[in-house]
Amino acid sequence: MQPFVRETGVVAPLDRVNVDTDQIIPKQFLKRIERTGFGPFLFFDWRYLSDGQTPDPNFELNAPEYRGATILVTGRNFGCGSSREHAPWALMDYGFRVIIAPSFADIFYNNCFKNGLLPVVLPEDTVRALIEKARAQPGYRLTVDLEAQTVCDGEAVQISFEIDPFRKHCLLHGLDDIGLTLQQEADIAAYEARRPPWKRGVMQNVP
Amino acid sequence: MPKTMLEKIWDAHVVRSEPGRPDLLYIDLHLIHEVTSPQAFDGLRLSGRRVRRPDLTVATMDHNVPTTDRSLPVADPISKRQMEALERNCAEFGITLFHLRDPRQGIVHVIGPELGLTQPGMTIVCGDSHTSTHGAFGALAFGIGTSEVEHVLATQCLWQSRPKTMEIRVDGTLGYGVTAKDVILAIIGRIGTDGATGYVIEYTGEVIRALSMEGRMTVCNMSIEAGARAGLIAPDEKTFAYVKGRPYAPQGADWEAALAEWRTLSTDPGARFDAQVTLDGSEIAPHVTWGTSPGMVVPITGCVPSPEEFTSEADRRAAERALEYMGLMPHTPMQSIKLDRVFIGSCTNGRIEDLRAAAEVARGRKVHPDVHAIVVPGSTQVRRQAEQEGLDRIFKEAGFEWREAGCSMCLGMNPDILRPGERCASTSNRNFEGRQGRGGRTHLVSPPMAAAAAIAGHLVDVRDWK
Repeated sequence: MQPFVRETGVVAPLDRVNVDTDQIIPKQFLKRIERTGFGPFLFFDWRYLSDGQTPDPNFELNAPEYRGATILVTGRNFGCGSSREHAPWALMDYGFRVIIAPSFADIFYNNCFKNGLLPVVLPEDTVRALIEKARAQPGYRLTVDLEAQTVCDGEAVQISFEIDPFRKHCLLHGLDDIGLTLQQEADIAAYEARRPPWKRGVMQNVP
Repeated sequence: MPKTMLEKIWDAHVVRSEPGRPDLLYIDLHLIHEVTSPQAFDGLRLSGRRVRRPDLTVATMDHNVPTTDRSLPVADPISKRQMEALERNCAEFGITLFHLRDPRQGIVHVIGPELGLTQPGMTIVCGDSHTSTHGAFGALAFGIGTSEVEHVLATQCLWQSRPKTMEIRVDGTLGYGVTAKDVILAIIGRIGTDGATGYVIEYTGEVIRALSMEGRMTVCNMSIEAGARAGLIAPDEKTFAYVKGRPYAPQGADWEAALAEWRTLSTDPGARFDAQVTLDGSEIAPHVTWGTSPGMVVPITGCVPSPEEFTSEADRRAAERALEYMGLMPHTPMQSIKLDRVFIGSCTNGRIEDLRAAAEVARGRKVHPDVHAIVVPGSTQVRRQAEQEGLDRIFKEAGFEWREAGCSMCLGMNPDILRPGERCASTSNRNFEGRQGRGGRTHLVSPPMAAAAAIAGHLVDVRDWK
């Protein structure tokens, strides 16, 4: 996994609450069997007019000042709905490295950490202020530092954020979860040895 | 120290625990489908890893399968490619697959319980958020992303931080025409779509105890729509009777041993929850959503709200956007909203009891000429059983289309989708923008409410049809 240490970039505002994963990446694009190439379909139904090609000029992220943005600032409960990991894949493929919101849905939040995408939880007022700044000052940039757990704009804004220490550690070093778990082989085998015999699974008892 | 059911199941599955880290949990059952698994199998191949426990892993095809004639080839080449990938992956890694034409095929959350794979006290995961359904049996069941699917395939374990616990107690008794779907919609209306984020919900109270297993599955299914990764209901005699004798359920001496353990799972008296919510079941009316989030819901006797009724600016704007998308004006009585389509099915409401309840309403009546209505059983077995009971004839005589099993119009990955602007009463779980097709407008309802709406041509209070 790609490690995340620090990101400095343009901030794009998406001033909506409850942005669900169906909006982030609509179902017709879930049929790809690869992890890559989802960026062009990010926010598809909002981003393009009904012809599916012409960018909708009313959609925030289509404004020229937010091209190349790497930090998305948005409303509460971002990523709710389906467990599709295609959502963080699409956000990453589009170019985002950080999502800042007052809250995230659990499964989406978890999926971000598996892909080197940093979700930052900040208080609602703080997020609101960042959205206003990103709107008022096109090209507004932030630096998000995972090591220091800070969000700064080099001027007035200097905010700390909380993050689970284990998640932080894995993200900073781009650790492969599976490799880590396979090191616990002895514990896993010991657990399996003490599982009740009636938890047989699907190979036995086949109808 | 008295423990909640969540704590008991959790503690029984900890493989490794150290301070400052999530726990490593063992997974008893891993369910797989065609959409969220291909990249996980690719990951295994790339790193030369095997599936640790193919015997605890079961796959089916549900999300993008056609619900029309199964003897024909799958028309959509991309869907076909995804189904073929699952078939290849299961063959290569030795995983049991209930293929498109297998009599055991169906929506993953319908077939788990119906085959007896889902059992109390288990940890169950699937690359699908509605895995919460299996919590109805007192199993800790939650949705995971594709990276975690790969992790479970390789290790049969997951790193998880212990969630907080929330008790939602529903007292009293439900009135005529009020179903499990209305209970969960009322709960989401009360606590909001992020009301239980970070929690596992345990549903308790007389109303929950009185629900059938099917009803309990409907409630747990939509826990995710309240933000909870999992919902739990304590197993009881009803649960045990449901599981007993199913193909993969323990048998003989194993059954007795399992039962003895399952009887210890309930939350101990005096155990503490991190949060508690109480509802009076006798006050719950049939519910229907008006907006683009399951929390945007009112009783069928109500009206479309006005954005001014919301206190926060964010919610006001969300309501304005939703009304525009849904093509609705504030204060419109819900029962005056006309429909183009009706969908009965999904992992929320595609079980035999749901079809019986809908058929009861449809019996001897006719679908409104302006409405196109389809019934999609949750599994091939549900379809067979419904046909044995003659439900298919009732639906067909009333003018409903009777389809093959799958996820279908719940998420519209197969050809069953709404056209832009079409309005649908749906027994599914999500009314998100575009969920059932770009520009499609979804109103979530219970199966009897959906059947009544199909006949009336507009949303209607099924209680008036007593």
